[in-house]
Amino acid sequence: MNPFQFTRANTPQAAVLAVSKESGAYFLAGGTNLIDLVKREVVIPERLVDINRLPLATIEETASGIRIGAMAKNSAVADHPLIKKHLPLLSMALNAGASAQLRNMATVGGNMMQRTRCPYFYDHSMPCNKRGPVQSGPSKGQPNGPAGCGAIGGVNRMHAIFGTSEKCIAVHPSDMCIALAALDATVNVTGPKGNRSIHFAEFHRLPGDAPQKDNTLLPGELILSVDIPKNELGKYAHYLKVRDRTSYAFALVSVGVAADMKGKTIQDIRLAMGGVAHKPWRLKEAERYLKGKEATLENFKQAATLAMQGAKGYGENDFKLTLAPNSIIEALQIATQTV
Amino acid sequence: MKNEKNPPLDRVDGRMKVTGGAKYFADFAIPNMTYCVIVGSTIARGTITSVDTKKAQGAPGVLGVFTHQNMPPIPGWDGPASKQADGPPPKPDTEEKYRILSSPKILFDGQPIAMVVADTFERATYAASLVKATYSKQTTRTDLEKHKKDEITPRGGDYARGDAKAFESAPVQLESEYTIPIEVHNPMELHGIIAHWTGADQLMVYAKTQGVNSTQQAMAQAFKLDPKNIHVHTEFMGGGFGMGLRTWPQETATVAIAKKVGRPVKLVMHRSQMFTMVGHRPYTAQSIQMGADKNGKLVSIHHAATAETAKYEDFTEATVNMTKFMYDCPNVSTRYRLVRLDRSVPIWMRGPGEATGAFALESAMDEMAHKLNMDPIEFRLKNYSETDPEHNRPYSSKHLKEAYERGAEAIGWKDRKNEPGKSKEDNWLAGYGMSTGVFNAFRWEASARVVLNADGSLVVQSAVTDIGPGTGTALTMIAHNVLDIPFERIKVEYGDTSLPKAPSQGGSAIVSAVGSAVFDTCTKIKNDLFELATKAGAPLAGSKAADLSIENGNVFISNDSSKKVAITELLKANNLPSIAQTADSKGSAELEKYSMYSFSVHFVKVKVNALTGAVRVTKAVSVADSGRIVSPKTAASQMIGGVTGGIGMALTEEAIIDHRYGRFVNNNFADYHVAVHADVPAIETIFIDKPDPIINPMGAKGMGEIALIGFSAAVANAVFNATGKRIRQLPITPDKVMQEA
Repeated sequence: MNPFQFTRANTPQAAVLAVSKESGAYFLAGGTNLIDLVKREVVIPERLVDINRLPLATIEETASGIRIGAMAKNSAVADHPLIKKHLPLLSMALNAGASAQLRNMATVGGNMMQRTRCPYFYDHSMPCNKRGPVQSGPSKGQPNGPAGCGAIGGVNRMHAIFGTSEKCIAVHPSDMCIALAALDATVNVTGPKGNRSIHFAEFHRLPGDAPQKDNTLLPGELILSVDIPKNELGKYAHYLKVRDRTSYAFALVSVGVAADMKGKTIQDIRLAMGGVAHKPWRLKEAERYLKGKEATLENFKQAATLAMQGAKGYGENDFKLTLAPNSIIEALQIATQTV
Repeated sequence: MKNEKNPPLDRVDGRMKVTGGAKYFADFAIPNMTYCVIVGSTIARGTITSVDTKKAQGAPGVLGVFTHQNMPPIPGWDGPASKQADGPPPKPDTEEKYRILSSPKILFDGQPIAMVVADTFERATYAASLVKATYSKQTTRTDLEKHKKDEITPRGGDYARGDAKAFESAPVQLESEYTIPIEVHNPMELHGIIAHWTGADQLMVYAKTQGVNSTQQAMAQAFKLDPKNIHVHTEFMGGGFGMGLRTWPQETATVAIAKKVGRPVKLVMHRSQMFTMVGHRPYTAQSIQMGADKNGKLVSIHHAATAETAKYEDFTEATVNMTKFMYDCPNVSTRYRLVRLDRSVPIWMRGPGEATGAFALESAMDEMAHKLNMDPIEFRLKNYSETDPEHNRPYSSKHLKEAYERGAEAIGWKDRKNEPGKSKEDNWLAGYGMSTGVFNAFRWEASARVVLNADGSLVVQSAVTDIGPGTGTALTMIAHNVLDIPFERIKVEYGDTSLPKAPSQGGSAIVSAVGSAVFDTCTKIKNDLFELATKAGAPLAGSKAADLSIENGNVFISNDSSKKVAITELLKANNLPSIAQTADSKGSAELEKYSMYSFSVHFVKVKVNALTGAVRVTKAVSVADSGRIVSPKTAASQMIGGVTGGIGMALTEEAIIDHRYGRFVNNNFADYHVAVHADVPAIETIFIDKPDPIINPMGAKGMGEIALIGFSAAVANAVFNATGKRIRQLPITPDKVMQEA
């Protein structure tokens, strides 16, 4: 680990200022991903700005929904009565992620900011386009490992089937974000130019030509909270995570479902998938198809087929072309209690 | 020894372990300690063209940066390798020679290119990151599947009995191929060593080793020292599973570096380095040809295996051996080959080759039973070997039939439908599977010292290391069985070369080997007591030793317990502060008349999600036929640990290499999936617990390996029973099991 400066911020404004004034400065929240990245020298910080003292851990009911502070711990959110009552999908998704120890440390903001677990990203002897030039330390300014995408033509069993580019086929690793994408969350941030809100669908981005950018935050911007609208979608919810072991493994494919049912009819529904793209993958076509329809296996199969349009395998992950629609069907059956 | 089952005894060192009192190698603090960090190669084959250590040398706290350009010599490595000591003695016919930091040549991914020593671990880690190397890369060969044609035949050769062509005319034929991936031991405790030169030719070592005596021998050879000058201490290990069965080159190098820097040096390796420097279970491709008649009698079995090894050393294991004797089959042949790749050398991993081989053989037995429309247990019983068909001699003991019966009862085998895909539970497919495991029961040579104190307490000593199975508890029980001294008054001291010599903790052999030594030594003490009790003027004078017993701290006449004398009285009356005895123990020639094996049967129930391919083991029952169970509680724990490893082998564990680079892509605990609690159901352990009359005075056979051997096949067989899908490549991950919607 390279030497770095450490600052503790007491207000969001101070934190933003500390990170904005120099390159190579990073916010440090739970540290469950950033510290790994620093140890592996994927991130070589000049300064870490500790934001753990910021008063941003509140979970509260607002006029339109629920607001979760960016510094709320994943485990605290998952177990909070408001979340369990109104947003069971979010609770389930959080509990499907990581391990109990990690969930006790990881924050909501940090969860959104976590980097991909693509192995090529973490090993600078192998090519990756997600790593930028080294920001500090003795190698400052030099490319942090060779460019290219190691996963294309390499070990890509865990990789994306939607929204990929020639530069990158990595996936976003979060479970929580799948639920937030499905639930139409809004991200409130503050930064050098003031406050703004970002719709969750616009928060993460596809790799395109700039895979080093995971999200649309501007330099120095800090996540303050997440707003989630309250509605009738909480009653029929399920987060299905298919993975290589039963706990503490990233998703091969995950599916978040939240629906409102009347009898056998789906009044409204939200669907998002994880483990398949560089960002949480919302299944709008499938949602549109299912709205107003009966919860039947045939309809679920059709929705899954619609959801898979445009999917593309890269060899080792071709199985996801089958596993993903299967998982959509399974998750829909469980959520709508039709199995 | 009383011929009755042993009571459950809590792990004698359990409290110490869970309260932090037990010291593992890295816990020892030595004044003036320095810390070593290894820099590994980022290529798997080629040559270092430059290595820049200037920045590292100038970094704060750095005491030395050692590369192939300045590594201190290891004087004994180029002498002839002795049998015991394995620094790295290259087998004579391998293509390359590996000597750590001795040449710019790179033979495997992660090969040490520099070892950096600093005054703190953090500073050494930082300095290590400043070492920069450039390489001339060569084409990397790490994929066994692609290079099978380059196979070599290791020593040992092929095996055949009966008619090689019998398969061709067998009425029912099966031909199947099976692969297991690279698996890594990954014990919780990281590997390493503390090297402390306490004098010019005096060395103290705290190591992560499964045998302090073998480490002592290896260091004696490497540094041309009298073993007496080398003190090795490893009382406890945080898991070994086989990786500590040799002294690895970086450990020896640390000792050489400690001499050079003139201060004690501690090396604790990084998790990622445990994938490349301390062995692994080799990727192995197998094929089985099996012939049977229509009634389910085996006609022939041919079992072939091809395993990876390093370019610089041939590692072999007993992958195909089980097939030679497990079933009563007239025509059996085996073939075992190696392919030398640009990989670090494998080493035994729990249930070593047998676990690999049992996956193939016991899957094939299930496949054949299905072809014959027979119950898999019935098929096995039909081909049960009452005597060892490989060596034509009796088994020392074999209660496998009873093990099949009791396991079947416990899992509820009667509810299994022979036709696959016919059972459902909670909308998941459900199935049952079983398999057999077997491993040699050894009786190695060992010694022990036992001291009986005048206050009636007992000290048992042996150099053996506890790698976790409960060695101290088992030795306590054995001493108790002979002398009937209360458990809490027995102290076991072990894991140190100052104590009587013992073999390395491996091969499921320690209870048999060291336990026998403890038994024999305690018996000597008992005889001493009988002599004191019966000599002229003593309370039981005139009685014969053969008529005496010992119980509750008294020596007494067996058929008249009122005639007794307290042990403490005997020592006091003779002015003895203690009685000490030492004994070497080994098996007699009689043992060679028998085949000695431990047997296990594993039963599992699984549920499988047909859509997602997720597999859950919902129940596991493992039955061990391993002779008398010395310590029932720790034996059960050991069995549970083995089954947990078996679940990992079956469902989750696989070290993945990007063969373009020859480098691992999942060399960490997040991506290399050892089974977690959620993967492991309640495991029922059953012991036949009948003493083996041949192997040793306790009648105990080993059980560390059989706890795992065969388990993965039981899972694969259960997945087949649930789904009709036969998975022949481990691990059984969802992608292999899921079906089209």
